[in-house]
Amino acid sequence: MSTRTIAGQKNLQKINQAAKDGIGGSPLRPDGTLKVKGEFAYSSDLWHEDMLWGTALRSPHPRANILSVDVSEALKVPGVYAVLTHEDIPGEKYYGLEIADQPALAIDKVRYHGEAIALVAADHPETARRAVKKIKVEYEVLTPIVTEEQCLDPETHGYVHEPHEYKSHAYGNVCHEQKLVSGLGVTDEVRALADVVVSGEYEVGMQDQAFLGPESGLAVPAEDGGVDLYIATQWLHVDRQQMAPVLDLPLEKVRLTLAGVGGAFGGREDLSMQIHACLLALHTGKPVKIVYARDESFFGHVHRHPARMRYEHGATRDGKLVFADCRIVLDGGAYASASPAVVGNAASLGHGPYVIPNVRMHAIALYSNNPSCGAMRGFGAVQAAFGYESQMDKLAEALGMDPVELRQLNAVTQGDRMPTGQEIDAPAPVAELLQRVKDMPLPPPLDLEHLDVRTLPGALSNTSHGEGIVRGVGYSVGIKNVGFSEGFDDYSTARVRLEVIGGEPVAMVHTAMAEVGQGGVTVHAQIARTELGVEQVTIHPANTEVGSAGSTSASRQTYMTGGAVKLAAEAVRHELLERGRHRYGWTQTDLSLVGGKVVSASAGVLIPIVDLLGDDAIEQTREHHHRPTVPFDKETGQGFGHVQYTFCANRAVVDVDVELGLVKVVELTAVQDVGKALNPLSVVGQIQGGCTQALGLAVMEEIVVKDGKVRNASFTDYLIPTILDTPPIPVQILELPDPHAPYGLRGVGEAPTVSATPSIVAAIRQATGKALTRIPVRPEHLTDTL
Amino acid sequence: MEFLRPATWDEALAAKAEHPTALPISGGTDVMVELNFDVHRPSAILDLNRITELTEWSSDGATVRLGAAVPYARIIEELSGPLPGLALAAHTVGSPQIRNRGSVGGNLGAASPAGDSHPALLAAGREVCVEAHSVRGSRLIPIDEFYVGVKRNSLEPDELIRAVRIPVADGPQQFSKIGTRNAMVIAVCAFGFALHPEDGTVGTGIGSAAPTPRRAVEAEEYLRGVLAERGLWESGELLGPEVVQRFGELVKAAASPIDDVRGTADYRRHALAVMARRTLTWCWNDYRKQIRSAA
Ligand SMILES: Cc1cc2nc3c(=O)[nH]c(=O)nc-3n(C[C@H](O)[C@H](O)[C@H](O)COP(=O)(O)OP(=O)(O)OC[C@H]3O[C@@H](n4cnc5c(N)ncnc54)[C@H](O)[C@@H]3O)c2cc1C
Repeated sequence: MSTRTIAGQKNLQKINQAAKDGIGGSPLRPDGTLKVKGEFAYSSDLWHEDMLWGTALRSPHPRANILSVDVSEALKVPGVYAVLTHEDIPGEKYYGLEIADQPALAIDKVRYHGEAIALVAADHPETARRAVKKIKVEYEVLTPIVTEEQCLDPETHGYVHEPHEYKSHAYGNVCHEQKLVSGLGVTDEVRALADVVVSGEYEVGMQDQAFLGPESGLAVPAEDGGVDLYIATQWLHVDRQQMAPVLDLPLEKVRLTLAGVGGAFGGREDLSMQIHACLLALHTGKPVKIVYARDESFFGHVHRHPARMRYEHGATRDGKLVFADCRIVLDGGAYASASPAVVGNAASLGHGPYVIPNVRMHAIALYSNNPSCGAMRGFGAVQAAFGYESQMDKLAEALGMDPVELRQLNAVTQGDRMPTGQEIDAPAPVAELLQRVKDMPLPPPLDLEHLDVRTLPGALSNTSHGEGIVRGVGYSVGIKNVGFSEGFDDYSTARVRLEVIGGEPVAMVHTAMAEVGQGGVTVHAQIARTELGVEQVTIHPANTEVGSAGSTSASRQTYMTGGAVKLAAEAVRHELLERGRHRYGWTQTDLSLVGGKVVSASAGVLIPIVDLLGDDAIEQTREHHHRPTVPFDKETGQGFGHVQYTFCANRAVVDVDVELGLVKVVELTAVQDVGKALNPLSVVGQIQGGCTQALGLAVMEEIVVKDGKVRNASFTDYLIPTILDTPPIPVQILELPDPHAPYGLRGVGEAPTVSATPSIVAAIRQATGKALTRIPVRPEHLTDTL
Repeated sequence: MEFLRPATWDEALAAKAEHPTALPISGGTDVMVELNFDVHRPSAILDLNRITELTEWSSDGATVRLGAAVPYARIIEELSGPLPGLALAAHTVGSPQIRNRGSVGGNLGAASPAGDSHPALLAAGREVCVEAHSVRGSRLIPIDEFYVGVKRNSLEPDELIRAVRIPVADGPQQFSKIGTRNAMVIAVCAFGFALHPEDGTVGTGIGSAAPTPRRAVEAEEYLRGVLAERGLWESGELLGPEVVQRFGELVKAAASPIDDVRGTADYRRHALAVMARRTLTWCWNDYRKQIRSAA
């Protein structure tokens, strides 16, 4: 076992612990022990008497016209209750997160490998699967449009969606684009101002969220003609908003309750089986459960956009950036999903946390016949970070400068402007993060004389006893936005209730926040404890009986729904104290709730909460809106587009077997500013998890797609890091409060996923001397055997 | 689907004779995955888990008779002395859970070119053989005749694997496997190597780089010749870089890999040459130490 040093814990301790396990403490997660013991009920464990099992027929072709669908043989299978196609959809046939361009079931054509065409409900999952095989589909198979060149030449290669079908600003297989110009832009005159210019082309493969709990849920038809769906998702209300029109039901008749979520990472932002299960349930009048098999899961959710990027940077001889130019092409696949917002992020964050006087950017997302891509942890900022950080190393080399110093020299700080013109009006300690990560102690040097071969790259499989091993060290820093951007009001709602139960004051927190493993429910209880001075907090199941909590994504839930819980709890406290003032005539203005009592700083304990409350309950519901943002100007990319920025710096130490091209990350250090660590243990967990997912992208994770077909839809061949691939991840945390955020906190979950990948690639470059312009880095790249 | 659970080996053979399409299940680490992924819909499953003798091994000092169902974890624990190559291969299989259930019999039954036992079995010598039993009797299938195609072996439909007979190592053995992560990975390619000082031969086994596991015959012949001609078995002199290099090239030439999601053919050939050079060097160094300490 490796020891994890969590340096910087000390600066987390100066926290005003108003209540035991309040904010700043690290109470254990309520779901933790259950999950470790295998007792946690996930959405795939749902069960209902008399329930049917649903499954989908999926296209084996990435692009084809559907000439006919014959379900008659499938319907004859004993135990089959329904076989549905798009013709059975009662309402709207299309849905989508941002653009309603995706048919709930394919209509006359399929646009990606794995697209759902028909649904079966049967009394047993095996029966359903057998029936699916009896559905006869006649295809006219077409050549898929899959490369950037093909997509951008629709006259020759065709359209993924016919232009008259576009429901947005798409044109010619371009789903969305964002340009940006700042300063003088990038022209030959501007280029001439630079002493040194470096350029490079970079490529990012298609990463998958690889959550372990497959898409699953249970739809139960209700007597009022509506439906109740128990579902693992990231945002209950946006699911409902997309489902109701397709089901032809008013919103209030589509009721969602969160079921146990086995990971998400963006992959549950889009709908998967929600509409399908409800269609089958409403059609058969019986509860219907759908659980994807692992291979189906790879087809059933969107992935991280693969990217091709071209960067050019110019600097003065002493390392000051003069200009930066970039074109990012993201492959959005068959349907829009979150592509527009991903493009917005790539464009606005794609030059990194650097001060650059002259900037140009052009980011586009393509429509193609590849798998659809959308949200994944880091959301458009990940791909770009690999590009700009590779460029920083290249520039440092061209200048003969230390790569960390070059970054520090150009790092943004509070008061600087992003290329969008937005002023960074909160702490932005980028140079300090880099300094701290550089100053963290290095692991012991590679000692080939006294080594445990099992620690070498590949050597658990006995590939080296020390031969070919070279160590490398690399650095990187990244920037990510928190919350939804570009004018979106992604507010959160919370209801807090305070009452006496069993002689104790108990708070209940009710939100629609999707707990996907991030620890939000733990934090909500901590906030309620701190604000209300109670120990006992109950978390109400998340459902649509309360207002939207927005999405569990964009590193936003503690900020947004945590903020809503804080507002609601403050309102409850206010009402309680008002009651006391009214009843007892308190005149103090220094009242607070501590340890179950009303306390005055000057007069001491006034009354226990239980006595003040009596048999009453106080309940308050509040919405929390972040400060408004605006869309980026289409041509110039200018605008106050982001709510908050977050930064992480990393150092990677790797050992590479340079002969075999095998890599082992020895240590991956992270330093991040979190504003305020509401739960330090969870914060460290998020940073370590984010780093690990970044490690996966750096050296192994990729959905391999050939001619539009997915080649590795299984965990046999889609490799994610095991514990033996995951190094010690020492984490240092800074807490520089953001004046605009509740408690000064900063979203945590994504920044390390953005920043850590380039540090690993930089370390591999140092060890091998290879240019490495594509991730994941494969043994073939390191041995010239591609 | 029928589920057959014979209590004895004879019952198992009778069941297999009666249901030749029944799919045997031992550790189930291949079978259950394929059922889950809907690769097979066998008419019947023949569960061998009640037959305890399949999980036993014995040795007469010259040959180990390894029961088909002895799990990898026990091979590592109990047999790394007599079967060092196979034990090293067993180390690289899956995760602890898989090593607790998975077996060499199952690996042979599946006959995947990526199975990790195969290179070690091939390297252990031409005398290695698979004991195949049926109601008609039993036969010994030499390991060189066992693998006949991609995931196909030479068992008859009514036959079951009772055991594998493997000579006790008479010299150093090594096994190396490439995967693109550091654990729980199917071989991109693998290589097994063994020195057999008693008869002056060497053994090789290539995994995941041809339609079947195979040996690098020319490489074996080349090295056998060099060792004999130069009297190296007796002298224990260094092999010299050109011998190691040439051996690597011949191993590489023996492979006929394909490009697939796990790796390119070029990479596989390249990596085989590297593994061949390294395993030969390790084995020869060990051998030199042995004869020098014996001298
Ligand atoms: C997560 C995971 C990781 C894995 N990693 C590796 C790895 O690193 N290396 C590797 O080589 N394999 C790996 N495997 C595959 C598998 O574990 C091995 O092939 C193992 O040796 C199979 O043994 P078993 O006893 O479980 O076989 P089973 O699954 O029970 O059977 C496998 C095949 O052999 C047949 N069979 C079993 N016993 C007999 C018998 N007595 N006579 C005739 N036929 C028989 C079965 O019918 C079936 O066709 C992995 C599997 C999993 C699930």
